[in-house]
Parts: sequence; structure tokens; C-alpha cells
Amino acid sequence: MSRTVFRSRWLPYGLVAPQMAVTVLFFFWPALKSLQLSLYRVSPFGDRSTFVGLDNFTKLLADPDYYASVVNSFVFAGGVTVLAVLGALILAGLATQKIRGLTIYRTLLLWPYGIAPAVAGIIFLFIFHPAYGILPYFLSFVTSYEFNWLLKGWVAMTLVIVATAWTHLGYNIAFYIAGLLAIPTSVIEAADVDGAGPIRRFTAVVFPLVSPITFYLVVLNMVFAFFESFGVIDAVTKGGPGQATEIMVYKLYKDGFIGLNLGSSGAQSVILMAMVITLTVLQFRFAEKKVTYR
Amino acid sequence: MSAVNTTQLEGVQARAAAAPRRRLPSGSLLVHALLIACIAVVAFPLYFAFVVSTQDLQEVVQRPPRLLPSTHLLENYVEAWRKADMGVMLLNSAMMAVTVAVGKIAISMLSAFAVVYFTFRGRTLCFWMIFVTLMLPVPVRLMSTYEVVGTLGWLNSYQGLTVPLMASATATFLFRQFYLTIPNEMAEAAQLDGAGPLRFLFQFLLPLSWANIAALFVVLFIFGWNQYLWPLLITNSDAMRTVVIGLEKLIPRSGTDLPTWNLIMAGAMLALLPPVGIIVFMQRWFVKGLVESEK
Amino acid sequence: MPYTKTCWRRATLVLVLVALLLVPAAPALAKTEIQFWHAMTGQLNDAVNALVKQFNESQTEYEVKPLQKGNYSETLTAAIAAYRQRQAPHIVQVFEVGTQTMMLSGAVLPVYQLMKEQEIVVDWKDFIAPVVGYYSKDGNLYSMPFNSSTPILYYNKDAFQKAGLDPSKPPQTWKQVEEYSKKLRSSGATKCGFSTGWPSWVQLENMLALHDQPFATKHNGFDGLDAQLLINGELGVKHMAQLAAWQKEGIFSYGGRRGDADPKFLSGECGMYMQSSALIGGFTKGAAFKWGTGQLPSYGAPYKRATSIIGGATLWVMKGKPAAENRGTARFLKFISDTNQQMWWHVTTGYLAISNSAVKNLEAGYHFKKNPDQYTAFAQLTKGTATPNSQGIRLGNFTQIRDVIEAEMENIFAGKKTAKQGLDDAVAKSNELLKEFAAANKQ
Repeated sequence: MSRTVFRSRWLPYGLVAPQMAVTVLFFFWPALKSLQLSLYRVSPFGDRSTFVGLDNFTKLLADPDYYASVVNSFVFAGGVTVLAVLGALILAGLATQKIRGLTIYRTLLLWPYGIAPAVAGIIFLFIFHPAYGILPYFLSFVTSYEFNWLLKGWVAMTLVIVATAWTHLGYNIAFYIAGLLAIPTSVIEAADVDGAGPIRRFTAVVFPLVSPITFYLVVLNMVFAFFESFGVIDAVTKGGPGQATEIMVYKLYKDGFIGLNLGSSGAQSVILMAMVITLTVLQFRFAEKKVTYR
Repeated sequence: MSAVNTTQLEGVQARAAAAPRRRLPSGSLLVHALLIACIAVVAFPLYFAFVVSTQDLQEVVQRPPRLLPSTHLLENYVEAWRKADMGVMLLNSAMMAVTVAVGKIAISMLSAFAVVYFTFRGRTLCFWMIFVTLMLPVPVRLMSTYEVVGTLGWLNSYQGLTVPLMASATATFLFRQFYLTIPNEMAEAAQLDGAGPLRFLFQFLLPLSWANIAALFVVLFIFGWNQYLWPLLITNSDAMRTVVIGLEKLIPRSGTDLPTWNLIMAGAMLALLPPVGIIVFMQRWFVKGLVESEK
Repeated sequence: MPYTKTCWRRATLVLVLVALLLVPAAPALAKTEIQFWHAMTGQLNDAVNALVKQFNESQTEYEVKPLQKGNYSETLTAAIAAYRQRQAPHIVQVFEVGTQTMMLSGAVLPVYQLMKEQEIVVDWKDFIAPVVGYYSKDGNLYSMPFNSSTPILYYNKDAFQKAGLDPSKPPQTWKQVEEYSKKLRSSGATKCGFSTGWPSWVQLENMLALHDQPFATKHNGFDGLDAQLLINGELGVKHMAQLAAWQKEGIFSYGGRRGDADPKFLSGECGMYMQSSALIGGFTKGAAFKWGTGQLPSYGAPYKRATSIIGGATLWVMKGKPAAENRGTARFLKFISDTNQQMWWHVTTGYLAISNSAVKNLEAGYHFKKNPDQYTAFAQLTKGTATPNSQGIRLGNFTQIRDVIEAEMENIFAGKKTAKQGLDDAVAKSNELLKEFAAANKQ
């Protein structure tokens, strides 16, 4: 499609300049610096730096704590994604039935998205609190098992997963509602004609039709939970107990900022970079196939 | 990205067209009940936080826990405000959120315009450079961005807080996508009128884009307000702290006060009211912004 | 509008005149500013501000500006970042675990050197031995002691009464701790027997020192960078296993790291609590019951009882400042170490008075008789038999090492690992960290 373009020698450069400036200054330069840092061993005050080649990387890959953080990251991201996407699909499905009040329901389900994961974490920290929490209190009537997240790693992990999934539910619901509303009612009615009950109608007809959304949301939720969930971990568990909730991003921060080991932190950044790039490339190649510009 | 799988959809539509119409059975009462139940579950944590924020310390630690609001709302909120210096923090958060949103929209709009309406050497390069930023979330460039900001002398400053958050590409792609849908004829007409590119941008494109801009603003405001990691690193004085970080500081980790959970919950409510309020009141724009800002 | 030459000349003249008018005003306004970064919060923050105010009002040349920069870790990180941008503060408060990092950094001006350069006489011998021992190298003090504390035992006197225990007699041995805990629980006075704050600092670092056991080789790290941890020795394993067993029985209730477990004592959930002596002030304000203090319990034979170790933080002077500003720094540090200020600081905050003359004055004023709890820490530190194992710990990457140790302690308390296993893992990881530090700081 040939577009009409404007002629100007310097204007386009001027227009992209601000974004380019910020991009180079705060993306490329730091990314290259991370690469560089990862190849050095630096003393905290910066006065001594020795080139150590791939030493930081080999140390990381030999460190069981690093693998634990990778596993934790996937468990966390997976838990959040399953909870938030599945829950969203069910709720959106309910909300888009032939009933009144769609907008109201959507508002009522959407607003947790405005809550910062860290703030949600703090609220859930209180709900899960071994001494003051309302959840252990009610659970104590059902079982004598002590839900103390300070000692039991899986309880701590559940806490942060639930808090993060809670904030993300609304986001996913917005997408699903848009997608479900785009399905013409004639399609639903056709399935009805075939004698399908509401559940079969859903699994056989609706679900496949929204699979692109599902795919998109799964990737998005995974990426979000993987990379942007520092807040909830730092505000609530700080990686504990033991290292049960130490995800990769938290370990990166801890080693760099608290442990002052900039070389290892840089190496961890590089590894994370590689992961993001792979994920984004995969997602774009899959999604690009379906892009249509009308 | 289309919302549904088009080929499948066409197949089903064909069958639907051939079938006789029928009314759907009304299980609507059940649906309503389920929805309300789910909403209750989803809303419970917030409701409970609110209840706790109205209690005094005795009532907080009481067993069994009280589930109805108490009477100490005003004193708790005032105390939380005072203790954590909420006024300053809310201001910082607001400044950061607005600056990030406005800044991002501004520079994205300009570069999308340049990429779509001009041909110039390096256009493809620029486009790909911007694209790559999608793959570099903050944690990945954490320590080195911190160093860069330090070298610029922007540590613990509003610039350091906001500018590094401004340039990721999502907004640029949205504007680009939108501009590509504008019919050619408009640009041609403007050129015939003798309008320069900037006039075209501000007089024609901008008015058409308000819907997109509003949507983006809501999404970006929430993004900016809820930032945690970056403000944590960049600001280390009370004067610059944002409310999300400040709340974490209210939790005593090595103090000799009993953790005042009622005050902490009051603080949490204050921290989440602005972004949640924006979602509730600008819901329509928000959804539009979300659904269209696909990568 | 074109700017003519005359126009420019006029503008320049005006600017020069204005500048001349302003310049004489400048010296009258400027007091040399000394930047002091610290990590004190709450009422301790108030105390720091009050102390600084006293100094600022006592002279006219210098103004110290205190700035709260977050917790100890954050303050150190901020100082390092600032130093790398050549914007370091003059004074920074660094916790005891950062001592080795600071000493080998090449970024600090040792305090003894500062005082020598500024020709200010300080009676170094007046500082109490444990403090001097921890922060000196080759007999010279590197940082100025500021807020020093040591862990002690707090106990709930009201609960003791209810359980039929003598409220004036805190337990002195671990056997008694167990006994008292059982009585507290069975009488319903409290839900758990005891808890602890700062698990590694209290239950390992100080426990080992108290029993005259080494924490690490090379004289706890003082003699070289190639030290290795020894916490998985007999006493370490015994104590961790004991705590894990007690956690199961409900005698000990783990409450988190740092001071996260403070509420357990304050709320009356646990009858006894081991934490920093610096909490005395806070407990006085916040506790709703009568409480007392005692020294940390020990196991007795076959272990000899020694002394505990210093905790808290000291003030370090950053290099690279002009001599005129260093003078201000030196005068401030001298001010806060003077006897009167020492006494004021101790009485206000509960942190130890670190000079012998201050302690003597406090004794003369019957301060300790009226406030016996404030003497507990001092007695535990100085009245026992000091041994090489109780002088202190000086290790690189100590922040991370403590983190590693506490993570393994959590695994042990949760029953995920046996005491030996957990401690062995902690030692292995910590030794790696020590090796790295040694490599990064090759002298």
C-alpha cells in the first residue's frame, strides 16, 4: 500500500529524536553495560575491576540457588497465569451470558487491576498472617495444619501467587469480554441447535474461538509474572522463607544491590535478557501471522 | 491481531445461518448468582482491608475477627497520613504517574508519526530499535540503568524517576497502528491545502486520536502509579518516596511498635484509591486502551 | 530584534554589578555543611536529629545535615552509589557486618588518621574493649563507634507471675529456659516459651562467642581473608537441633528475621525473647506488661562462658573531601564521643555507652541502679571472660553470609533439613562467598 508521505529533510529526525534519545540512553547503553559488567568482577566501591571472562556465568550455572530461583520463577509465573487466565475465562464467560448488567459486572471485576501488586501483597500478607490473619483462623477450624508462611515455603508461594493473580484477573477479563462479545450470537445458537448443553457449548465452540486471546494472555501473564513481580516479593516475603519465594528478578536485585556483587548481577541480567528476547520473538512470530490491517 | 479465529468463525457462521432461530433458555438467575458469588470472593480482600482500616488495634487482634466496619476510620486515616507523610508521597506518586503517562504519549506519538508519514534514511533502523525495547524490561537492565542515571546526576530526582520509564514501545506501536488506519486521502487533502506535516499532525491527527490518547493515559497512569522496583532504587530520601514504596516502609521490620495493621491497611487504601478510582470512572477508556495496546 | 554591541555591553555591566553585590553576602550565609547519612528510624531518628542539633548549636562554623537513607543495606548501597558518582556524604553509618567491606574498600578515611590529620586529641584507650576490638586494625580505630548493642534476654514478669515463676529471676541456662517455657505454657500464661530476633546474630554468632566457640577460622576472620566458617561444629549443630525440636513442641516459636518477631513478645504470645539491648527504650514505651532483662542463657559445662559480641553500627568517614570539611567531620565525631554526649545518647536510646568514663559517670549517678535493665548488656559484654572467640567477627560479604545462614536456619526450623545438613550447606555456600570476596579484594 503506498502511503502519502510528507517531504522534509530534518523533521522526521527531530520527531523521532526524543524517543531515540531515551531508548539509547536508558535501554541500549544499560543493556551493553550489563553485558560488560557480567564479564568483570567488580569491588563494591568500583575501584577494582578485573576481567574474568565467563566466570560469572559458570558460577551461576553451577549454583543450585540459581536453579532454585529459576524453578521458583516458573512456578510463580505458572501459578499466576493458570489462576488468572482460567479464572478470567470463567468469569468473562459468565458475564457475557444473555443477562443484564454487563458493564456493572465488568467494573466490579476490573478494578483490582488498579492495585499495585506490592499493595495487594501487603493486604494478602495480613490475611495470611500466622498470628493475626483471617485465613489461618478460619482454616484452623478445618484442619490443625499450621499455615505459617514464615516456615512453610509453599504457603509463602501460595500467598504471593494469589495476591498477584488477584490483581491480574481484571485485565484478563477485559480481554475475554471483548473477545466473547465479538462472537456472533448466531454461532452460540447454532451450537444450541446441535443440542449442546452450556458446558459443551463452551468447550467445543467458544473456547476454540477465543484461543488466540488465550494464547496472547498466557504469554502476557507469564511475562508479567516473570519480570514485573519484584514488588510483591519485596513487600511481602523478601524471598523467604529459606529461598522459597526467591524469583530470578529478586535474586538479581539481592545479589547486586544488597550483596554488592555487580558482576553476578550483570550476568543474571544478561540471562534474563536472553529469555525475554526469545519469548518476545516467539510471541511476535506467532501473533504476526494473524495481524491484518484493514 | 484479530480477536477470534476467523476461519473457524466462518465455518460456524455458515452452519448457524442454515439453522432455525431459537430462544436461549433462561438460566440467568443461576448466572447472576454465580457472578455475584465470584465478585464477592474477589472483592473480599479489599473489603476486609477496609474493615481493618476502621478498627483500633484491640479489635484488629481480636478472635474471632470482626467483619463489620468499626468506628475509627477518621483517626486511623489521619494517623496513617501523618505517620507516613502520605501527602508528600501521594504527590510524588501522582507526579510520577502523570509525567510518565504524558511523556510516553508525547514521544510515542511523535515517533509513530515520523515512522508512518515520512520516508527517511534509517527509518527501518529506528523502527527496529524501538521494537527491541519491548524485550528489555526494567529488571534486565537494572544495575546499569541505575549507573547511567547516576552518571547523569539524576539519582533521587524526578527526572531519574520518570524518564527511564518512558520509552518502551507499546504506545508507539499503538499510535502507528492507528495512523495506518487513517485514509490516505486525508493526508493528500492536507498537502493540497498547503499544510505542513506538523499542522497535519496537530490539526488533523490529534483530534482523531483523543480516544486512543485517553485510553493510553489511563493505562499508563496506572502503570506509573504502581511502579515499585524502579522508585525503590532511585529514590532514597523521604521527600521523594512514592506511596507504594512508603506503604512497605509502614510495615515495621525491626521496630519496637506492634505492627499497626489498622494503619497499614489505611495506608493501603490511600495508596490504591487513585488508580482504582480511575479505572472505575474511566472504565470504557481503560478497556479500550488495554485491548488495543497489544504488542 | 538585533542585539547591538552596546546592548551587550550594558547587560554585561549589569551582571557584573549584580555579582559583586551578591558575593560579599555569600560568606556570611555559608556554614560548611557536613553530610551525615544514617539508617535510624522512628524514635532513634528523632534522637539522631536531637544529637546533631546539639552539635550544630554548639559552634558556628559547621552544620551537620543528617539524612535518613533507608535501612542499613540501603544506606550502604546509597553511599557506594554516591561515592562512585563522586557525591559521597562525609559520614555514613554502616552496620557491623559491613566492616570488612568498608575497611578494604579504599574509599574510607580511618578515624584514627582523620583525628591525627586534624590534630584532635581523642582518648582511644577510653573506649570499651569489645568495641575497640571489633573496629580496629593493627591497634587503630577505623570507624567511630556510635550505636552499639548486644543481644540480651527479655522476659515477661507478669506472665512469670501467672506461671508460678519468680518474676525477679530470669533463666540463666538453656535447661531453665526449657523448664520455664513448659511452665508458662501449661499454666496458660503464654502460648509459646520464647522467640528470637536476628536469628543468625543472636543464636549463632553470639551463642558461639558466649560459649567460647569460634565462628570462623583465622580468629573469626580477623587474621586473613582466607577464613572459613566453623558454625557446623558440635555446639552449632547441637543448638540448632535443639531449637528445631523446641519449635516442634511449641516451646520455641520462630517469628522471622530481623525484628519481625518483636510482636510475639510485645503481644504476650511468648514469655521470653532474645533481641538487641537497643529495644529497651521501645519496650519501655510499648509493652503493656511488666518485663525485665537477663543475660543470654548458656548450656554450661563443658563450655566455658565468655562474653557476647557487639552489634549495631559505626560511623565511617568517606575519603576525598577537602581538609576544611574534614575538620568539621572530626569535630562532630569528637563531640559525639565526649562523655556528656555518650551519657545522653545512652539514656535516650538504650544503646551502650561506649567509653569507660561515660560508664563510670552513669554508675556514679546511680543510673544503672535505677535502670538495672540497661546494665545487663554492659555486664554481658564486659564483665565476663573475654576470649579470642568473643572479640567479634570480621568477614567479607557478611551480609550475604548472614542471609545464607538464616535461610538454612529456616529450613532447619521447618524440619526440611537436619541441623547438621542445614549448617553444612550454610558453611559450603558461605565459604564460596568468602572466597569470592578474597578474590575481589586481593591486596
